[in-house]
Amino acid sequence: MSTTSLAIECNAVKKSFGNVNALKGATISARPGEVTAIVGDNGAGKTTLIKCIAGVYQPDEGEIRINGESVTFDSPESARVAGIETVYQNLSLVEDLTIWQNLFLNREITKNLGVVKILNRAKMREESEAMLKKLDVYIPSVRSRTRGLSGGQRQAVAICRAVGWGSKVVIMDEPTAALGARETMKVEELIKKMKAQGLAILLISHNFEQVLRLSDHIFVMRQGDVIAGMRTKDTTGDELVALITGSAKRG
Amino acid sequence: MDTKSNPGSASKPGADSKLSFKQRLRDPYFWSDWLVVVAFLLVIVVFGAINPSAFLSIYNLNNILVASAIPAIIVVGQTFTVATAGIDLSVSSILTLGAVIFGICFTKELPVWVCMLGGMLAGMIAGIINGLIISVRKINDFIVTLGMLSIAAGTALVLSNGRPVQIINSGLANVAINEKFGVPYLMYIAFAIVVFSHFLLFHTRFGVHLLAVGGDPDSARAMGVSIVRIKVAVYGISGLLAGFAATLAIARIGAAEPAANTAILLNSVAAVVLGGVSLFGGRATIFGPFVATLLLQALSNGLTIIGVASYYQYISVGIVVILSASLVRNVR
Repeated sequence: MSTTSLAIECNAVKKSFGNVNALKGATISARPGEVTAIVGDNGAGKTTLIKCIAGVYQPDEGEIRINGESVTFDSPESARVAGIETVYQNLSLVEDLTIWQNLFLNREITKNLGVVKILNRAKMREESEAMLKKLDVYIPSVRSRTRGLSGGQRQAVAICRAVGWGSKVVIMDEPTAALGARETMKVEELIKKMKAQGLAILLISHNFEQVLRLSDHIFVMRQGDVIAGMRTKDTTGDELVALITGSAKRG
Repeated sequence: MDTKSNPGSASKPGADSKLSFKQRLRDPYFWSDWLVVVAFLLVIVVFGAINPSAFLSIYNLNNILVASAIPAIIVVGQTFTVATAGIDLSVSSILTLGAVIFGICFTKELPVWVCMLGGMLAGMIAGIINGLIISVRKINDFIVTLGMLSIAAGTALVLSNGRPVQIINSGLANVAINEKFGVPYLMYIAFAIVVFSHFLLFHTRFGVHLLAVGGDPDSARAMGVSIVRIKVAVYGISGLLAGFAATLAIARIGAAEPAANTAILLNSVAAVVLGGVSLFGGRATIFGPFVATLLLQALSNGLTIIGVASYYQYISVGIVVILSASLVRNVR
């Protein structure tokens, strides 16, 4: 496999917290225009791995490459600058701010008057509406506070924010766990659109049907290791369950 | 549309624009924003009814505005710190320190504007130190600014040897005494700061980041907003405004007093709470605390007019603060 066709690679990434070896040398990769799923039981190390990729944790050992270049992130911000966006389970939306303020948080469109950066509210509201329109989730107004939104609406806002900024890799941690069937369907449609735009999507999900439906490639994690990686078309739900529980092995 | 209708609407654009008047009356946010205006009108009506000739005279209303100007400026800084879920207990001592620095510059026969800048600079430096310790060392706002309260007060006493400096300057006296269109100059200055601060909070990138840090510091950090920068800026502004208010205090008194004026601290916190700013951060208005400042001054003015001794006024301000905080708590 040539390295240039990979949007992101993790090679033998290790991370320990005190005595707990959360990652024992995880190796995964993801291609642009594909959904790469990471599955595994609770405590398998999925979240630790994506937090290393997102710059939240710094790996103890191992290497992360983006488009073939080795990178180190000292903060989530430096990962974002490198084009890695994360949609966290807790979403990172400020509840007291409006939707458009959240969508543009730290990326505000401003008119500069000396050192004072004046918000171009009209432009940001307009673009916020366009960003949300892609998802087709009903939100009364981009001017309303995030506090009043449903789980699905919040997820929509968080995903739109992650996609809207020329990112190359979008990490999604259980993007539909808290959603109803209709909103789940819409989020899945959005994931397909993101894929079509050439983004590399890392998807963590406990929902095997969803993983089989959406992903192109699957990595299975167990006890801090990546124990299997295969094309989605070459596997089944039964095999995934067997790998996750440890009753089957695969190279 | 959202900046014209009411003082709180800018912080929750469109949130209540589709509600009927009856629905609005049942909306808790509506009350936390408008409580202060209702209370202010109540104070005016009650004292106006008890003694209209004294309380509602142009002379007396003018007095209330003059007395409100300096607290109103301090309250702006306090609003910023509280909006980041912090508090600045050092404002009154920083004001005193600024006044003493002004006095020192004045006795060295420096021009008044240099004296003024000296006081502002001293205040801003004290504020920046507050912000740095709070954000970099991650020490509680309350403790750090309580420490600064003592440090600034002590520094003011050391530098001045505890002696006031008389400051005679016709320009300053003119600002303190005169008025235009029935409104004292001091109030124009305070109101200009209020309007600018409203603009800063709701129409600039800095303001959004400030509210983000106050509302949810973890999310703000995840989006790359620097908590250190915001905290330093907020406490720096609070100190700067206290240092600037020192000049106005000198203009009013005609002297640089090294004695701390603790009432102004209590008043600033009171006005922020009364003005509907969330002590948990993230939600703020600038006009609410401004109206609250007018309310508190009108209250103590009114009590004086109906002959209540000033000792009781401390009690009344304390009651108003606790009462308003508990009312706001109930509606949230």
